[in-house]
Amino acid sequence: MSRALYLRHDRLGLGFLMVLCALGVLVPVLNLALPVTSSWHVPTYAMSLMGKYVCYALLAVALDLVWGFCGILSLGHGAFFALGGYAMGMYLMRQIGTRGVYGNPLLPDFMVFLNWKELPLTWFGFSSFGYAMLMVVLVPGALAFVFGWFAFRSRVTGVYLSIITQAMTYAMMLAFFRNDMGFGGNNGLTDFKDILGFNIQAQGTRAGLFIASVVALAGCYLLARFMVHSAYGKVLIAIRDAESRSRFLGYRVENFKLLAFTVSASMAGLAGALYVPQIGIINPSEFAPGNSIEAVIWVAVGGRGTLVGAALGAVLVNFSKTWLTGAMPEIWLFALGALFIVVTLFLPKGLVGTASHSLKQWRERQTARPKDHTIGEAR
Amino acid sequence: MTSAHSSELTSSLLYLDGVSVSFDGFRALNNLSLTIGAGEMRAIIGPNGAGKTTMMDVMTGKTKPDAGDVLYDGRIDLTKLDEAAIAELGIGRKFQKPTVFESQSVEDNIVLSLRGARGAFASLWGWRNRVPQSDIEQILETVGLAGHRKRMAADLSHGQKQWLEIGMLLAQDPKVLLVDEPVAGMTDHETEQTARLLKDIAKDHAVIVVEHDMSFVRALGCRVICLHEGSVLAEGHIDAVSKDDRVIEVYLGR
Repeated sequence: MSRALYLRHDRLGLGFLMVLCALGVLVPVLNLALPVTSSWHVPTYAMSLMGKYVCYALLAVALDLVWGFCGILSLGHGAFFALGGYAMGMYLMRQIGTRGVYGNPLLPDFMVFLNWKELPLTWFGFSSFGYAMLMVVLVPGALAFVFGWFAFRSRVTGVYLSIITQAMTYAMMLAFFRNDMGFGGNNGLTDFKDILGFNIQAQGTRAGLFIASVVALAGCYLLARFMVHSAYGKVLIAIRDAESRSRFLGYRVENFKLLAFTVSASMAGLAGALYVPQIGIINPSEFAPGNSIEAVIWVAVGGRGTLVGAALGAVLVNFSKTWLTGAMPEIWLFALGALFIVVTLFLPKGLVGTASHSLKQWRERQTARPKDHTIGEAR
Repeated sequence: MTSAHSSELTSSLLYLDGVSVSFDGFRALNNLSLTIGAGEMRAIIGPNGAGKTTMMDVMTGKTKPDAGDVLYDGRIDLTKLDEAAIAELGIGRKFQKPTVFESQSVEDNIVLSLRGARGAFASLWGWRNRVPQSDIEQILETVGLAGHRKRMAADLSHGQKQWLEIGMLLAQDPKVLLVDEPVAGMTDHETEQTARLLKDIAKDHAVIVVEHDMSFVRALGCRVICLHEGSVLAEGHIDAVSKDDRVIEVYLGR
């Protein structure tokens, strides 16, 4: 039975990767190769919007790795996402060069405005794309590592852990709002010009960013999938279901949690880094606790502990958000709250979890029936 | 075993001396002393609140004693170690309520328990991903679950879960098995089977069984310790202990 389950999961994963492949090829092609007049043409804004959904899907996969498989309900994953976004934003700011309003070759506009004379130490190296990309995964990873080191070692679990992750992202938001932090205060970082020498507004660059997001999602999905299908993943689930039992078996629970939490934070950082150039701005509101909670809802809707479901949930909820905030902006928050209640009450396994559960039951009935039949005949 | 203190210490696998534990003024263990030799089987009886589970908590590192020595193998101070380190030393524990990993298969429950490197990275690509089928089969046959390896642990009956947990203990290959109420909620037939299983295991492991069921304790046929208010009230053969006036008094009320 578990073998069949494995294969079916594989089919789900395979399907997911094929859809990603198709998206990564079709959307840019339909955008770049077809004339604007064609009814098959995908407008650039729509491509960037889809790119945004893909980044959210990556954040959801990262969250599902810790929540779905290890039971760590992080209400602060938005902080890791935003940190990755800031690292990317800092690279993009350094690319502006003398094209800023003040034309300062070294300092971003907001620093000139604050009368700063030199680049703060935190901005060191961000003119290099490689260094910035390293920081995109290292900074969120390091924060998660330090945070997790203390939290998991002191055996903070459940709702207490959720509350301190929430407090963490809130504290980060307050810190980044301050001008003297050197990250642009409440305006954040914006007015980006180019990335790797390509104009960030250009259609081709947008297509490249979309493809990069899809590739990142596929890659991180494969990494997360490798982790949860290995014996490591079995231990994670064991910790989720019976933490103290795992300890008495000899597992150092805190190390297992720490690894998952750190990898997950780095993935979230990558998602944020790909999000920022497609949106064109990063500011402290990305740290808002509400964002992290919304990400939890995406995972709950799609089905936690399924990875694919998390990605699907992120896309579905955000698509509804785009549509609903356009059509009836005032009811979006009510709709989101209602959605969470409905999912918790009626679909506790989420969309993908419920679907695969019913499929499994149906298959079992299908295989059980002919077997009964032969026994009956033999008699 | 001689009566000399030091030789008792060195010949014992588990050695508790003067152990006391209090929770908010309640003395769960009160100057408890006992020794378990290698390969020995011991049943622990006692009324509710006698300190049986707390004693197991102390032995496995879940609870730190306020006073007293807890030594393993005559030299290792267990009060300084955490649960994972003690499990690695070779002390396995079965909980009162069967605690198996419900959302995983019977087979995976055994794989998770098998003795060997337990690091996070080791489990990502290490040997635990390639456990030979025969290793799992052997353990499942011992505990009578050979036909159930693919089932979800949650789908097992109560008795089967208890056996699976004993199987998980065996997979850990410990030197000492601490077994807390293994036959609670079992049918008579299952109880009999469990007694046979534990006696079998006791041939090459030290086993400590906490149990209320007197006929089960009798079936084990080992030395019995009766705990009361956190210390040893009586120790000896089941017939002697069950005739002891003080034991009768604490069991039947004052």
